Amino acid sequence: MTHTVTTAPSTGARRSPGPWRTAASDLLRNRSALAAAAVLLLVVLATVCAPLYANHLAHTDPFQSDVSGTTVVDGKRVPVLTPSSTGLGLGVTPIGPTWDPAHYFLGADNQGRDVMARLLYGGRTSLFIGVTAALLTCALGTAVGVVAGYTGGVVDSVISRILDVIWAFPVYLLAICLSVVLLTNGLKLGPVTVEAGSLWLPITIIAAIYVPYIARPLRGQVLVLRNKEYIQAAIGSGAPTLRILRREVLPNVVPTAIVFVPLMTALAMLTESALSFLSVGVQPPDASWGTIIQDGLGLLYTRPAVTIAPGLLIALTTAALNVLGDGVRDALDPSARLRGGM
Amino acid sequence: MPEPLLDVRDLRVRFRTRQGLVTAVDGLSFSVAPGEVLGVVGESGSGKSVSMLAVLRLLTNPNVTVSGEVRFRGRDLLTLPDKEMRAVRGREIAMVFQDPMTALTPVYTVGWQIAEQIRAHERISRKEAETRAVRLLSDVGIPDAASRVHAYPHEFSGGMRQRAVIAMALSCDPALLIADEPTTALDVTVQAQILDLMRELNTQGSAMVLITHDMGVVSQIADRVLVLYGGRAAEEGPRRAVFHGPRHPYTWGLLDSVPRVGGPRLRRLPTIAGVPVSPGALPEGCAFAPRCRLRHDRCAERPVLTPGDVASHLDACWLPPDDRAGLRLTARAAGGEQSGEHGEKQSEKQGRDTEVAS
Amino acid sequence: MLVFALKRFGSALLVMFAISVLVFLIFFATPGVDPAARIAGRNADAATLAQVRHSFGLDRPLPVRYLLMMRHLLIDRDLESFVNRGSKVIPQIVQATPVTLSLVMGAALIWMTAGILMGTAAATLRGKAADPLIMLVGVVGVSLPAYWLGEVVNLLTQKQFHDSLFSWVPPPGYVGLGQNPGQWALHMLFPWLTLALLYAGIYARLLRGEVVTALGEDYVRTARAKGLSERRILLRHALRCSLIPIVSLFGLDFGALVGGAALLTEVVFGLPGIGKLTYDALQNLDLPVIMGTVLYAAFFVVLANALVDILYARLDPRARHA
Repeated sequence: MTHTVTTAPSTGARRSPGPWRTAASDLLRNRSALAAAAVLLLVVLATVCAPLYANHLAHTDPFQSDVSGTTVVDGKRVPVLTPSSTGLGLGVTPIGPTWDPAHYFLGADNQGRDVMARLLYGGRTSLFIGVTAALLTCALGTAVGVVAGYTGGVVDSVISRILDVIWAFPVYLLAICLSVVLLTNGLKLGPVTVEAGSLWLPITIIAAIYVPYIARPLRGQVLVLRNKEYIQAAIGSGAPTLRILRREVLPNVVPTAIVFVPLMTALAMLTESALSFLSVGVQPPDASWGTIIQDGLGLLYTRPAVTIAPGLLIALTTAALNVLGDGVRDALDPSARLRGGM
Repeated sequence: MPEPLLDVRDLRVRFRTRQGLVTAVDGLSFSVAPGEVLGVVGESGSGKSVSMLAVLRLLTNPNVTVSGEVRFRGRDLLTLPDKEMRAVRGREIAMVFQDPMTALTPVYTVGWQIAEQIRAHERISRKEAETRAVRLLSDVGIPDAASRVHAYPHEFSGGMRQRAVIAMALSCDPALLIADEPTTALDVTVQAQILDLMRELNTQGSAMVLITHDMGVVSQIADRVLVLYGGRAAEEGPRRAVFHGPRHPYTWGLLDSVPRVGGPRLRRLPTIAGVPVSPGALPEGCAFAPRCRLRHDRCAERPVLTPGDVASHLDACWLPPDDRAGLRLTARAAGGEQSGEHGEKQSEKQGRDTEVAS
Repeated sequence: MLVFALKRFGSALLVMFAISVLVFLIFFATPGVDPAARIAGRNADAATLAQVRHSFGLDRPLPVRYLLMMRHLLIDRDLESFVNRGSKVIPQIVQATPVTLSLVMGAALIWMTAGILMGTAAATLRGKAADPLIMLVGVVGVSLPAYWLGEVVNLLTQKQFHDSLFSWVPPPGYVGLGQNPGQWALHMLFPWLTLALLYAGIYARLLRGEVVTALGEDYVRTARAKGLSERRILLRHALRCSLIPIVSLFGLDFGALVGGAALLTEVVFGLPGIGKLTYDALQNLDLPVIMGTVLYAAFFVVLANALVDILYARLDPRARHA
C-alpha cells in the first residue's frame, strides 16, 4: 500500500485526516469520477423504475410474447408485427422505434415485446449479476490471496499453482465451458445448489473464474506485508493469527480490494453479456442486455435498434464503472492493477 | 571575494497542495565561489533539497512555482531556454542524489549511462565515450573498472553505485557539483570513503554544494556553511566561524545535538525542543521563533541576514549582535531548567565552545 | 542454464496437464452432467443410453477414459468427433489454426502500436486537455462488448453504408493468405480493428499508468540532471522501463487469444478459427473436439508464457539472475 499522503511535519495544531477521509475527499473532487457515479446512479434509477415504466406508461408485459398485438403510431392503429416483405415472407418484421415513450419507444423484438421495457428489466439482471459476481469475486479472491500469502509454505504453493493455471487459461473459454456443462442440470456442490436457469449460475461461474484476478495481486501484497517489521513484531509477540490478520493485514489489503470492486463489476458485466450473447448465460424468461443483443441478432439489418440499444447501455455502464474505478484507485491505492480492465 | 560562480537571489519555491499554497523556499539568497565547498544544513523540510532542485530547474511538477534569480556564470538559469538549460545540466552543473539505489535506470549498464551523459554534451564516438567511462569509474575507485563498466546497477553495492553516480556527474568536468545528501543512504564506512572522494574532487578545483543534515559531514569538508530553517537562511558564514562562534539560536541547537568525542557523558543528548516548522504554516516573523528559548517581541517581525562580528558571517536573528556566546549560555541554562534533571550536566559544557567531532 | 530450461519445460508440461485434467473433469465429472444423454438426444430410452455409453466408452472409469482420450489425441492422433463420427479432431484444429493466427497477429500489431502511442502520449500530455481525451478513447475501447462492436461493424459495412462508403468491404468470411494476400487482408481488416480496439484500450491505460509512475522515479530525475532531452528521457528511460510489465501481460493475452479467446470476434465475423471451432464443439458438447482445442489452447498459453520469460530477461537485466 502506498498512501502518498504528504504529512508535512505539523506543529501539532493540525491533525492530518485519516486515509479514508483523505480518499473520500480526493474522490469528491475528481470530476470525471463524480460524473461516472452520476451516470451509474441514473442507470440504476432507470432500471429500478422498470415496472413503473412497463405498467403505467407503456402498458406492456416485456416477458409476454405478443404476436398479434397492435399499437398506436401518429394516432393510427398499426400491428406490432408485420409479415416480412423480403425473402420467403415467412419471418416477421417488428415495429421499429416510434420515439413515443408510451408506445414501443424503441420498437419491438421479433416476439412483439417492447424493447424499451425489456431493456429496463434486462438492465436489472445485468447490474445484479455484475455487482453480485464482482462482490463475490473480490471477497473470495481476498480470502484466497490473504490465506495463501500469509500461510506460505505448501498451502501457498498449491493455491498459487492452481491460480496460475486458471490465470493462464483464456477466461472466456473457461466461463463458456462451465456454462455449457452446468446449463442443463445446474450445480450441486456440497451444500450449495444452484438451479439450472437461475441467475445464480452465471454469477457463480463469473465469480469463480475471476478469483485469480483478485487473489494473485493480493497474495503478492500480503507476502510483502508479512515480511514487514511490524507484522513480524506482532507475530513475535505472540499475537493470535486471526488478530494479526484482522488488525494488521486486512486494513492494508481491503483498500486494494475495494479498488477492484467497480473494475471487476465492469468486467463481470461484460462477461455476463458475452455468455448471454452465446446463449449460455442468462436463460429465458429472464432477460439481460446480453440476451437482448442476442434476440436482436436476427433483426440486425432490419431493426438494428434492438441490438444497438443494449450494447450502448452496456458500454455506457461499463465505461462509467471503469472511470469510477480509476477514481477510486487514484484515491485509495494508486498502485492497484487489475488484469484486463486494468 | 572573487566573482561568484553561482549566485542565487531571493529564490522562492511554492507548492500547490491540498492544504493550499506551501512555501518550501522563502526568499533564499546565497552564492558559491569557484572551487569553494558550500555546506547546506538543516532539518528535513528546511528546503535544502528543494532549493537545489530549483537551481537546476528539476522541479517539473506543474504544481510548483519557482521565482527569483539564479545567476550562473552571468546567466539567469531560471529564464534560460530549455535547450540551453540542458547544456548547463550535466556539463556545467552536475548533481548527485541521495539514494544511489534508485538513481540509475535499472535496464542499462553503468557504463552505458555514463557514456550517455558524455555523448549528450560532446560529439565523440561511442567507443571513446566508453573508454572515458572506464577511466571515470576507476578514478572514483571502482576496482576492475574495465569489466565493471558492463555491469548493471543492481549488480553494484550501494557504495559502488554512489561512486558510479559520482563518476557520471564528473564525466563532463562540471564547474559545480551539487551533492544532495550523498552519504545518507550509505553505511558508515562507505560514507567516509565517499566523503574522501568528494574532498579529493574539490582539491582538483570543482566547486561543490553539499546538502546534508549531518553537521559532522559539513565540518569535514565545507569551506562555508549555510544553515536553513523553514526555507529561509538562518545563518551563513565560513566554517570555522559558524562552528566556533555560531550566532543563530537554531545553529546552537544543531551543534549542541551532536555528540562529542571526549566531551562529558550526557545522560541524554540535548535536542531542539518542539517540531520543525511546517512549510505550510510559516509564521510571519522569524520561522524559528516558536521553538526559540530567547524569543521576544521583535521576533514577530521577519529578521534579515545581517553581518555580525565579521562581514562574512551573517545571521538572521533579532538578538543583540554582540555577546551571542553569552546569550547561548543563557539559552542553554533555560533549556536546562526546562528539562530539569540534566541542567547541571549541561552547565558543565558551558565553558567551552562546541567543537564537533571530526 | 540447462537446469533452468528443464525446470521451465517441466512446469510447462505440468500446466498443460493440469488444464487438460481440469477441462476433462469439467465435462466428465461434474455432478449431474451426462454426456451420453446429450449424444443420445432428449428422449432416448435407457437401452439407447446404455448403448451410447458403451460405444463411446463412457462406461469406463474416469482415469481410463482420460488416458484413452489422451492416447488417441497425442499418440495415435486419430481422435474422432462424437458428433460427426469419422471426422478427426486434429485436422480440424490444423485447419483452423492459420485463421486464428491471422486474426490475432494482425490485431496484436495494431493494438500494440496504438496502445503504446496512446499510452505514451497521454502520459506525456498529463495535465493537458489531450490526456483525458485519449484516456476516454481507452475507456471506451475497454468498455465496448467485442461481439457487439463486431455486429455494429457488420451492420455498417454490410448494410447501412454498404453501397457507398464501404462498398469495398467483402462479406464476412476468410480467405487464406496463400490464396490471395490482398483478399486476406481485406477480409481481416475489420476483425483486426474490432479486436484491436479493446486491447488498445487496455494497453493504453496500463502503459499510461506505468509511464506516469516511471516519470516520477529517481532515475528520470538523474537523466534530466544529466542534460538529456525530454524526448530521450521519455523514450529511452521512462518508456523503456514501463514496457517490462506490458510485455508480460502481452504474452498472456496473446497466448490466450491464439488459444481461442478471440472466439467472440471469430463467431461474429464468421471466421472459421479455433475459437469458432471450440464454440461449435461446445454447442454440441462434442467432447473430443473440446479436449483437442483446449489442449491446443493450453499449448499456446504455455508457449507464450515461455517466450515472455525469455523476452522479460532480455528487457529486464534484473530478471536474468533469478
